[in-house]
Amino acid sequence: MGAGHASGGLSARYLAGTSPVHRLEPHVKLVAVLGFALVVVATPVHAGWAPAAYLGFLLPLLVVARIARVGLGRLIRGLTVELPFVLFAVLLVFVSRGPRTEVLGLSVSQSGLAVGGGLLAKATLSVLAATLLAATTEPRALLRGLERLRLPEVLVQILMFMIRYADVVGGELRRMRMARESRGFRARHLGALRVLGPAAGSLFIRSYERGERVHLAMLSRGYTGRLPTGPVAAVGARSWTTALSLPLAAGAVLLTGSLVG
Amino acid sequence: MHVPDGFLDPATSAATAAVAAAGIAVALRGARRELDERTAPMAGLTAAFVFAVQMMNFPVGAGTSGHLIGGALTAVLVGPWTAVLCMTVVLLVQAVVFADGGLTALGTNVTLMALVSVAVGYGVFRALAAVLPRTRIGALVAAGVGAFLSVPAAALVFVGLFGVGGVADVAIGTVALTMGGVHLLIGLGEAAITAAVLSAVLAVRPDLVRGARHLRRDVTLAPRPPAAAPVAVRDAA
Repeated sequence: MGAGHASGGLSARYLAGTSPVHRLEPHVKLVAVLGFALVVVATPVHAGWAPAAYLGFLLPLLVVARIARVGLGRLIRGLTVELPFVLFAVLLVFVSRGPRTEVLGLSVSQSGLAVGGGLLAKATLSVLAATLLAATTEPRALLRGLERLRLPEVLVQILMFMIRYADVVGGELRRMRMARESRGFRARHLGALRVLGPAAGSLFIRSYERGERVHLAMLSRGYTGRLPTGPVAAVGARSWTTALSLPLAAGAVLLTGSLVG
Repeated sequence: MHVPDGFLDPATSAATAAVAAAGIAVALRGARRELDERTAPMAGLTAAFVFAVQMMNFPVGAGTSGHLIGGALTAVLVGPWTAVLCMTVVLLVQAVVFADGGLTALGTNVTLMALVSVAVGYGVFRALAAVLPRTRIGALVAAGVGAFLSVPAAALVFVGLFGVGGVADVAIGTVALTMGGVHLLIGLGEAAITAAVLSAVLAVRPDLVRGARHLRRDVTLAPRPPAAAPVAVRDAA
């Protein structure tokens, strides 16, 4: 399609490769990442051993990243999505109740400090795991994975159309932006809405009309509201044990923490 | 502002996931009424539009720029049920393809940004559209106010959830005030963008704006001229 390499392209997060992590079945990976996130979420933030556990969770993630050949820079760039919640965590530090302490001359809540830090650590770990998933699995493979995990069929179809056409619609948006900018337009203040509003509006009209054309084209090819799916290959126990070693390792860390700490 | 993993305790996350699943099930049925058998392609393309337009940066003054969240706009354009599905799909893609919003918090995010923001945005829009003059300006004002309120409403529901299932011991009033205040500002941007986009679509293809169907007047067919006497064609010569 040629439009997918802009920063917003759907495949922007995917790193092509043939590592064992890449080769795992997508639904197995989805379950593994979800399991990992569940273990991370279940860690009590107030426990004294929690910081050690966060480090313990980080270790298997880094091992997986190493096997998948996903660089550290890529992982760190993936973290930018949690920036708004960094602000929220900072807010917590100031508004939490309980005994207060001084940090850099500011009065902050002790429990807020622990909780805010804990929340950030948990969010960071889960984002890292999800970044690894996205970097080693193509969007379409992720869709197949969700399908095998029994997502409702209509939702799978909507997702499929969205994934197929996101780059097309995004490409139209990019071309409109180029056309605007090549005519000297720069969005500086609110008045730019008079230009950007119609741009987004016509993008909607084009998307909607494209949807109608796609639907008619599919009808003429015998679409009855269902899509044929290929044969489903059985997944061996080896894939499952390989993939589940990540949440199991995290679970072991959690168990050790709650027994020892 | 997608909620990441770990902000709410597992019980609250599970409860919001159940709410989200129920909401999606109802929306799937409702969308069939809005779009009949065209549901999948039309909702898919609309979701692609929402996804693309969320990446567009709009300057909203004072050197800052914001982007559209789009719940209210989508609901006014294609109807609330389809909008819920579109927002859900966008959130799902953002969670699994972009690691934006935690997997365990997906139910929370769907509840906040697909269910609450669409319900509030569309509800306010319908309520206002019923009392405001039935003109283009009336529809734009109704949609703008709906979009404006949908943002702080979602933020306040999040604060409520945080109060119930958050792990921090906080004065919930302070958090509500701060989050509400910040999101009122974000809501202003959302309202301006929603009205601008809607106004553009209304100007070009008013028939595509589902929420403004009451504005559309049926075209009166021009009567066929009475069988007139054959027009004499004068010879050019």
